[in-house]
Amino acid sequence: MKFKFLSLAAIAAVGGSLLTGNEALAQAKTIAIDGSSTVFPVSEAIAEEFQKANKGAIRVTVGISGTGGGFKKFCRGETDISNGSRPILKEEIEACKKAGIDFYELPLAFDALTVAVSPKNTTLKCITVAQLKTIWEPSAQGKVMKWKDADPSWPDQAIKLYGAGADSGTFDYFTEAIVGKAKASRGDYTASEDDNVLVTGIENDANSLGYIPFAYYEPHKAKMKALGIDWGKGQGCVLPSLENVLAGTYNPLARPLFIYVSKKAADKPEVAQFVEFAMTKGPALIREVKYLPLPDEAYKMGIARFKAAQVGSGFGGIPEVGLPVAEILKRTPKM
Amino acid sequence: MTAIDIGVPRGVPRKRHAPTARRHRRERIFKVVGLLATLVGLVALGALLFDLAYSGLPRLSWDFFLNFPSRRANIAGILSAWVGSLLVILVTGAIGIPLGVAAGIYLEEYARKNLLTNIIEINVSNLAGVPSIIYGLLALGLFVYGFGTGRSIFTAGLTLALLILPIIIVATREAIRAVPDSLREAALGLGATKWQVTRDHVLPAAMPGVLTGVIIGVSRALGETAPLITIGALTFIAFLPTPPITSEPPFISFQWLWDGFTVLPIQAFNWVSRPGDDFHANAAAAGLVLVLLTLGLNGIAIYLRYRLRKKLQW
Repeated sequence: MKFKFLSLAAIAAVGGSLLTGNEALAQAKTIAIDGSSTVFPVSEAIAEEFQKANKGAIRVTVGISGTGGGFKKFCRGETDISNGSRPILKEEIEACKKAGIDFYELPLAFDALTVAVSPKNTTLKCITVAQLKTIWEPSAQGKVMKWKDADPSWPDQAIKLYGAGADSGTFDYFTEAIVGKAKASRGDYTASEDDNVLVTGIENDANSLGYIPFAYYEPHKAKMKALGIDWGKGQGCVLPSLENVLAGTYNPLARPLFIYVSKKAADKPEVAQFVEFAMTKGPALIREVKYLPLPDEAYKMGIARFKAAQVGSGFGGIPEVGLPVAEILKRTPKM
Repeated sequence: MTAIDIGVPRGVPRKRHAPTARRHRRERIFKVVGLLATLVGLVALGALLFDLAYSGLPRLSWDFFLNFPSRRANIAGILSAWVGSLLVILVTGAIGIPLGVAAGIYLEEYARKNLLTNIIEINVSNLAGVPSIIYGLLALGLFVYGFGTGRSIFTAGLTLALLILPIIIVATREAIRAVPDSLREAALGLGATKWQVTRDHVLPAAMPGVLTGVIIGVSRALGETAPLITIGALTFIAFLPTPPITSEPPFISFQWLWDGFTVLPIQAFNWVSRPGDDFHANAAAAGLVLVLLTLGLNGIAIYLRYRLRKKLQW
């Protein structure tokens, strides 16, 4: 009896689907966003407020396929907006071009990586990029096991490393910025895709050193100590903070986060409305979810770029690190 | 070995048993070892449940079930997630159960034993062990891009149906194989066709076993995350799918099959990876709901199995 009902339901379901088809979905005003899970909390906050402001007349959905996975869907025309924790890459630009998808590139917020140690660590206040490289580069594996191996003035104690897992965008960014090559890292450290695991590890281990996104450091700052970063380019030691990131001095561990808006989608009034909402109401929401907003000019520039229909990427598909805000804003997009 | 044959072949010296006291001591030792082995699993499950309940229970309220996800942990809820989970499982069951049971019946009762069925048999058993993300990749290529079913509840149901198909097929076959041949022969002897035998005698007798397989499959599907993220399940969705009943004729709509969705494990996963303890409490609460849902489903199955077993009389 049960099977009879279930199979009838299945047949009815397939039949019904043939009748209604996919078109009806397009009629409902829905904005589809997908991409980086790093950008997700920001998008979620903006989407939530945007829906509330429109009393639910326009629906927004957000997925977390990752930056690369998001661009794949975006360049097939399946999503309206793609979240990126890095600029779009060459192959992705090609794929979009092939599918005839033009896009706007709009910087949305900053994400800063924090290098943190246990508060019990009294020797370290500042670390240079060169020292970080000595600790984290692939050849350090099995060699740099004690603090003094990285710097003779540091204590003769085992160093416990915590870092992002290889599938994480944070891992790509840290290795690119510190070692100079994406994904080049030693492997003998406690790795996790879940930043909360790293937070717990750094807090509970007196000899810990690890890197985590700033948003994870902020709520735990009583229990861990952020190190200042010295890029060795004359700026000296810079602590991770909103002011320093905005001033463009927290380098090379601050990175911009982007949204990419399909031009075809932007012709729809609801998408245009959403972009405007993100650029005006965004900064407050970004602060609320503990990310770092860009300076006001960035959002004004975003709106201007959008209104002037300036499509394309300003980065030419090549990954770069440590760009100050002013530099990012100066880049004019080209296709 | 038959019941009478308890002896040892002639010429082989009989193994001498240890003295009674020592044998009994061994008996007791095994009992303790067995008990410990059982307890490891039970204690782990207990600790997990306790931990979830400890951090999750304070968050459980009507609002938690009736609110959409939010950036504010204290007003965030799981409405879209549990509705999504239920709808996806409905589609999964509607497709996976009849297909799996039918395939199991065919392979066990109808198919001739030859190379082809052997290959099918091995493949089905192997499929049960394929990592779930592979099903997600298959579904992305075949359903989403090939058939154009989109990032929808329908696609998710199809994908999970594929995932649980081998589990149901294997369980159905085992259950059918356990039905004594005398039952089939008696029915066939009275002139029943094969289908009549299967429908009226074999299947009812095998039902408790089939049901067990169905429940294991459905419980697994409920907890899946990876294949659904691969086919493009959403994470933030603050509206419900189209209602199945409409005010205009024909009054029943299947539009919800094409709507985007999220499910409980994805929502829990997303909250776990957020900074701050308040979101972790939400994740624990969502996990608790998921565990209770699975336990509830299992409970229903155990009850049904019990009733079906009681009705069986040969």
